This record gives sequence, structure tokens and C-alpha cells, in this order.
Amino acid sequence: MRRTRLRTTPPLVGLAVATLLLAGCSGSMVDQKRYRTFEKAALWRDHSEARQLPDGTVAQSDRDRTAAIETPPPVDAALLARGQERYAIYCAPCHGLGGDGDGMIVQRGFPKPPSYHTKRLRAAPARHVFDVITNGYGVMYSYAARVPPRDRWAIVAYVRALQMSRNAQVADLPNAREKLP
Amino acid sequence: MQIFRKGADTTARVLLVLGALTPLAGVGFAYAFHRASYTTGDARTPRQPVPFSHAHHVGGLGLDCRYCHTSVEKSRFAGMPPTETCMTCHSQIWTNAAMLAPVRESLARDEPLRWTRVYDLPGYVYFDHSSHVNNGVGCTTCHGRIDRMPLTRQAAPLTMAWCIDCHRDPTKALRPKNAIFDLGWTPPKDQDEQGARLAVRYHIRLRHLTDCSTCHR
Repeated sequence: MRRTRLRTTPPLVGLAVATLLLAGCSGSMVDQKRYRTFEKAALWRDHSEARQLPDGTVAQSDRDRTAAIETPPPVDAALLARGQERYAIYCAPCHGLGGDGDGMIVQRGFPKPPSYHTKRLRAAPARHVFDVITNGYGVMYSYAARVPPRDRWAIVAYVRALQMSRNAQVADLPNAREKLP
Repeated sequence: MQIFRKGADTTARVLLVLGALTPLAGVGFAYAFHRASYTTGDARTPRQPVPFSHAHHVGGLGLDCRYCHTSVEKSRFAGMPPTETCMTCHSQIWTNAAMLAPVRESLARDEPLRWTRVYDLPGYVYFDHSSHVNNGVGCTTCHGRIDRMPLTRQAAPLTMAWCIDCHRDPTKALRPKNAIFDLGWTPPKDQDEQGARLAVRYHIRLRHLTDCSTCHR
């Protein structure tokens, strides 16, 4: 009797272990039990995986963000290059690459925005351009969610460069006179 | 006395050969099935709530990828635009188009549009858009000529063999920084040299690109 039990026990244990291991195969590795970005989530009342901050929360980055809004970064070649790139992505579709307000979306029927090359907009403070990007203006939506504060300032600097490109005085460029033919 | 029919020898030989070939054919079929677009989803075009056309918005109007996919340079996820992004233009143009009714309803009800994921990677793959886009891999390398797609299509098999093919030798795909979002980019004649130079400039650790933990963690 005892001998029989000894002989059958190892296979039984092996079978039990194999069964336990097989149980692990039921969950698919392809569809894992976690939410993926923007997946529908039954767990929350709004069915959104992307959670919003609870009311009254102060995010760790809030101070830096406020500082970036209040203090424009120093203008250098790198900031202008960044501004040119961001301008081409977010602004040029309507305002046009030159800032004339003749972008492709305007050519397809969107109300024409004013050109940057007017007396009024040349005189407008840099903060005005920043605020328009942040809050929108007229039929223009806010770009605050798409363009972070530092990039907004970079775009402002580039818009200033565009304006200057058509309204520069020779006197503003002391060495330019020598280079003119 | 004759026990077997006259053709029995031939039948036996044919059966023996077939018996040897069947497992081989089975392996061949399994291999082909595993790689077929039916299994990988290559060229799959899922139905969407709005028949959004990249060919129109990108190819026709010239919008930059980042106009809508705003987090592609700083996050794992490229970013799906909120309805507000659609309405930036469509609050003024094509305002009555029946095709865009779900977009307007989404804005009115404050409910997101439920797009169907086209590039659906398995849960054990940790792909990161930002680390590709910031290190020389352009959009079309994986997404194909998206600017020519009237409906968004999966343009790659997304098998591990396909990923690894580039991870073993990324120099053939590396682009300079200003060409990442250029949908018409084609490798120059000296891509071998340029790619090698770019790999150095982007500080790509070529030997570690095929580590398991690069993609699985």
C-alpha cells in the first residue's frame, strides 16, 4: 500500500503544478488589465481613463508655468528659430507664412485675420500677441492647450521679427549702410 | 496469386512522399499565416466615427502633424486632438456638413469622439513616440505616406520582426532634425554615411537597441 502511494505521488504533484501553471495562461498578454491612454474606463463616472485634477489641486508645475507666462525669456537666435518652427505649425495655416493673414485655411473660406504688417499691430505690445494666443480672439480659438507658455513667447518674438522684416529703418542697422550697394 | 493491384507500388510511393511533405507544408502554412496581412492587420483600415482624411488635411491643406498630435515630441503618446482642435476651423468652415455632425455633437455634449485605434500594439510593447521623433525617426517610417491616405490605414505589419529589423540597423532610417515631419522625405544617396553620422549625433546606443528591456519591461 505504502509503496503504491510513493509511486503515484510525484506524478500527482506534477499534474497539480502543471494545472496551476496553466491557470496563468488564461489572461492574455496582448490585452493586459490596465487602461491604455484615452481608453474607455468603466471605473470612473465620466468613462474616461484620462483623469482631471480634483478641484482646488495645485499642480507641482503651476509655479513654473505662471513664471513662464509672466516673464518672457531672453530673445536669442535659438528662441527665434523655435518661434519660426512653432509659428509654421500652429499659426501659418491661417495667418500665412509671412503674416499677411492669407494662410491655406483662409483660402478655403475661414474669415481672414488682420495682417501683422499694419500700424495698429506694429504698435501693439508683445503681451497682446501672447494674450491672443492664450485666450483666442474673435473667431480664433485659444491655443493655450496646444502651445506651452515658452513656445508662445517664442512665437511672439518671431511675429516681431516678421513685422520688422518689412518695416526696418536703415538707421536701425548701423552697419547696414556700408553693405548697401 | 496477386494480392496487390497493379498500381499499388505507385500509390504507396506517392503516399510516402506526401507523408513526408505534409509536416513541411504545415510549417510553411503556419509561417505564411503568421506574416499575412490578415493576421498582422497590415493595410487594415478600421471604420471611424468620422471619415477623417489625412490626405485632405495634411496632403491638401499642408497642416503639420503636430498641429493635432501635440504631444508627439514630449510624450509616449502622440496625442489625439480634442474636439476643440477640430472646431478651431470647423466652427467656421463646413459648419453644416453632415459628415461632421458627430464632431458638433461631441462639442455640444462635452463627450469625446471615440476613434478606433489603428496602430494597436500588444500590451507588452512599450513604444514611445517622443524617443523616436527626437532621435531621428520620422513619421512616415512607421506610418507610411499618411498624407496620401483618404482614410487612416495601418501601413506596417507591426510584428516584432518588423520592429527589430530597424532596431538592428537604424542608420538606414535616421533623418536630420528638420526632416522628421517631412512626409516626402526619401533617403539620400549617401544615407549609409549620413545615418551613421546621425546615430552619433543623436547619441544612439546602437548595441542596446535590441535589448529586451528596450521594448518590453
